[in-house]
Amino acid sequence: MQQTLSQQLSERVNFAAVIIWALRLIVAVVVVWGVVSTLMSGVYSPSQWRDLVIFGLAQGGVYALIALGYTMVYGILGFINFAHGEVFMSGMMIGYFVADYLNQIGMWNGNPVLALLIVLLVSMATSTTVAVLVERIAYRPLRGSPRIVPLITSIGASFFIQYAFRGLFGAGVKSYPRMEALQGAVTVLGVRILKVHVLVIVAALVMMAVLYWFVEKTRTGKAIRAVAEDKEIAALMGVDIDRAIVTTFAIGGLMAGAAGLLYALVFYQVFFFSGFLPGIKAFTAAVLGGIGNIVGAMLGGLVLGIVESLGPILILSGLGIPAPHQLKDVVAFTVLVLVLIFRPKGLLGERLAEERD
Amino acid sequence: MAEIAPVRKVAVVEEEIKLKAEEVDLQRAAKLGGVAGLVAVFVSANGMVQAFAERAIISPILSMGYALLFLVPLVIGYLAAKEPPVREGFEAPKKGPRNVVAGLLVGVGTAVGLALFVLVASVVNLRPVFLNVSPELLELLTFGQGVGPGLALLVVACVVLGTVGGLMRLVPDRLRNALWGGLAWTLLIGLLEVVVAQLFRGLGLGFLEDIFYAPLGGLTLTGALVVFVLAFLYYYTVVPRVDAWRANYAQLPAERQRSFRLGALVAVVVIVGLLPQVLGPFVSEVLDLVGIFLLMGLGLNIVVGFAGLLDLGYVAFFAVGAYTTAVLTSPASPRWSPELSFWLALPFVILAAALAGIVVGTPVLRMRGDYLAIVTLGFGEIARLLLLSDWLRPYFGGAQGILKIPNLSIGPIVFRTPVDMFYPILGFCLVAAYISWKLKDSRIGRAWMAMREDEQVAEAMGVNIVELKLKAFIVGAIIASFGGALFAVKIGSVFPHSFSLLVSITVLVLIIVGGMGSIPGVVVGALALVGLPELLREFQEYRLLAYGVLLILMMLYRPEGIVPSKQWMRELHEEELMQDAWLKMEEERRRQAEAQAAEGKPAGQPGEA
Repeated sequence: MQQTLSQQLSERVNFAAVIIWALRLIVAVVVVWGVVSTLMSGVYSPSQWRDLVIFGLAQGGVYALIALGYTMVYGILGFINFAHGEVFMSGMMIGYFVADYLNQIGMWNGNPVLALLIVLLVSMATSTTVAVLVERIAYRPLRGSPRIVPLITSIGASFFIQYAFRGLFGAGVKSYPRMEALQGAVTVLGVRILKVHVLVIVAALVMMAVLYWFVEKTRTGKAIRAVAEDKEIAALMGVDIDRAIVTTFAIGGLMAGAAGLLYALVFYQVFFFSGFLPGIKAFTAAVLGGIGNIVGAMLGGLVLGIVESLGPILILSGLGIPAPHQLKDVVAFTVLVLVLIFRPKGLLGERLAEERD
Repeated sequence: MAEIAPVRKVAVVEEEIKLKAEEVDLQRAAKLGGVAGLVAVFVSANGMVQAFAERAIISPILSMGYALLFLVPLVIGYLAAKEPPVREGFEAPKKGPRNVVAGLLVGVGTAVGLALFVLVASVVNLRPVFLNVSPELLELLTFGQGVGPGLALLVVACVVLGTVGGLMRLVPDRLRNALWGGLAWTLLIGLLEVVVAQLFRGLGLGFLEDIFYAPLGGLTLTGALVVFVLAFLYYYTVVPRVDAWRANYAQLPAERQRSFRLGALVAVVVIVGLLPQVLGPFVSEVLDLVGIFLLMGLGLNIVVGFAGLLDLGYVAFFAVGAYTTAVLTSPASPRWSPELSFWLALPFVILAAALAGIVVGTPVLRMRGDYLAIVTLGFGEIARLLLLSDWLRPYFGGAQGILKIPNLSIGPIVFRTPVDMFYPILGFCLVAAYISWKLKDSRIGRAWMAMREDEQVAEAMGVNIVELKLKAFIVGAIIASFGGALFAVKIGSVFPHSFSLLVSITVLVLIIVGGMGSIPGVVVGALALVGLPELLREFQEYRLLAYGVLLILMMLYRPEGIVPSKQWMRELHEEELMQDAWLKMEEERRRQAEAQAAEGKPAGQPGEA
């Protein structure tokens, strides 16, 4: 009897483990095979690979900025703010109207630095407002309810914001005006890089550095970390929990707003659904880096950007799949699924994805 | 007994020193007034008022656009005028002028918001940014009277409606419910003109259509009045007695209850079965769609409602069902076309769905709820993107999809029209409903619910989490694949675009609004959230906006849904249940005291009774 029981038990435990190991093996074989056969074919030159990496870094920087919002909110409230992609989109959308106006009065190209600063401020202000409003209206009353409840609310908020923007500003795709000062390329350390990419990468890195300093060194940052660690004890120590949470949302909004402008400078176009894919990808980045971990989100964003830029060509074209760029988003989603399956704690983070608390 | 008595005495003393009742919070009412103003401006600026103005509810005085706009001050005024709840140790709040003032404040708030909006929009051209702020909208908002007099009218209307909302609080409960019921039914019957008029025609009562509905759409004044009065009488006379009937019913012996329930079920099925015959092809088309979403709702209800696994990629299973059917039955399937009949393909559909359930289910077995949501969402998108890609085009036809899926048939009977298709869909819905109903109280159903409430505890109690989660995914996947299969044969073709995230979200919204874990809730949700927008085409564009709002409002104020399941309710409202228990106790105590007073005994000594 005892033996059969233990046999049953081992069967039960092994079933999922076997499948997961099989999956791991398949993924490893597919990736290695794809990479090797692509590289062996030698269709792509080294400079093409370099351009892809730089493009990946630029979009990864944007993902990282958005991912910070996910990761900080997750760290402090323990739920996924599904509406964060829309926070990003709102800044980008309102920024477009300002950019368009500045273009009409000739300032967009007349005084590009000032114009960019104005749009950046507007975009950040919009995203912050949206993020704080969502927290105030939709999440605060639900603190302490079962975890699934705020998640569903955030899905609702996400669709509400999307379709509110669609109703207010129309469903059409809006194109940011081209900025002449950002056309062309510069050579940095002997490598030719598009000016836009330089700007985006530098700006993203600066923002992240400022954020890191803020969270690590300032009093408010300390309060946020304390609340993330343990709400009740932080409250006993005199930390205003509501304020810390609102600040977290506001910071997430600021970063998302900045990301909105940077994204627009790379891709130019914005419409009401623009927040969805970058939002999911940024979430992937946050998970990849280890959710709740700020440095992890930055790293995860950059890695995901590069994987997404290189992956389709490097892996899929080697497997003989036609039109690999169509599967760009599949690569991102697959990365998400694989990370959650194989390393839910991410590159740097704690093991939060599994049921523990 | 002796130990209990003193406690009760203390309780009675407490009753005498109750604190003064809280009053209607006017500050809150003023805030809600601001909210009402914002809401009114929002529905105007995002084009809803104008888009809905085309549809008349009561011809010619009330369009759906105006109804939407004016319901804002009325309903929010009513909400703002609500007295604070009865609290332990407080007197019951009294009604009075403060209720009306609260309503008035909301009316003023709405009026100010709209007036500012109209003034700004009439001076500055907002159209380059706010696409829908058109001259036509301004004309609508000012009733075509020009900015000056029109604006005055608008302000007066808002203030009056807000005040009326407040006044409704002063009306006795029974009358108030009847008034709201009358209003709601008048609006509904006005909106459902297509269905009701068709119903009249189908029943051979075509002359009623001319009486009730105006030639240009909308109820006639007579019609509106008749509907209002009928609904009013129903709510005033019939509804208050329902409780008594229910009590009578509860006293019937169990066997008669069962036969009664069975009779009711058969009657409902027969009526529903006759519906498409009476309602004709257009409405049947809508009913078919409702049925397919209902089917998926029932499936997702098992995954989310019973087992608590928030699956946002449910559309993937729907797609598996549809594409498996398409490949196996269509002669135009690109790679391989066995041209099986629907029924021969069905076992393979089930098999494919079960496999898909395992593929999606296994990796997420150990994941926490919110991660599971995102990963399943990822799976849903992966499925769609793969179907769309050139890579799998030789198998699934890429963006062109698979065409020429043959009609469903049983022997010589071929289901061609939407009216015909209704029956197989209904059949599958009944099967799915039966499965969920059977599962709900079964061993596995109870284990699911235990898992939903607390996974660790359930596991410690010997519930096999891995197996249960997989089972939930598999059952859910199979039911969704039925929906997909029916969808494929109904449309006659499948395209990747039919399987977007929005389908998953729609299904999720309908089970949440209806009530998670509740089967009647899913039916209500499907009818209201899929059927209504299909019938009111101008609503389609704002469907997802409404879904978003509904999700937020439901989670904030009624997370158990419209037709809740008892289990969820208990889980979500522990505190309120305690409060209710207290209120019931209070009520009980008062009744006992009254009874004793009537008997001439000294009140407040219920211990002796």
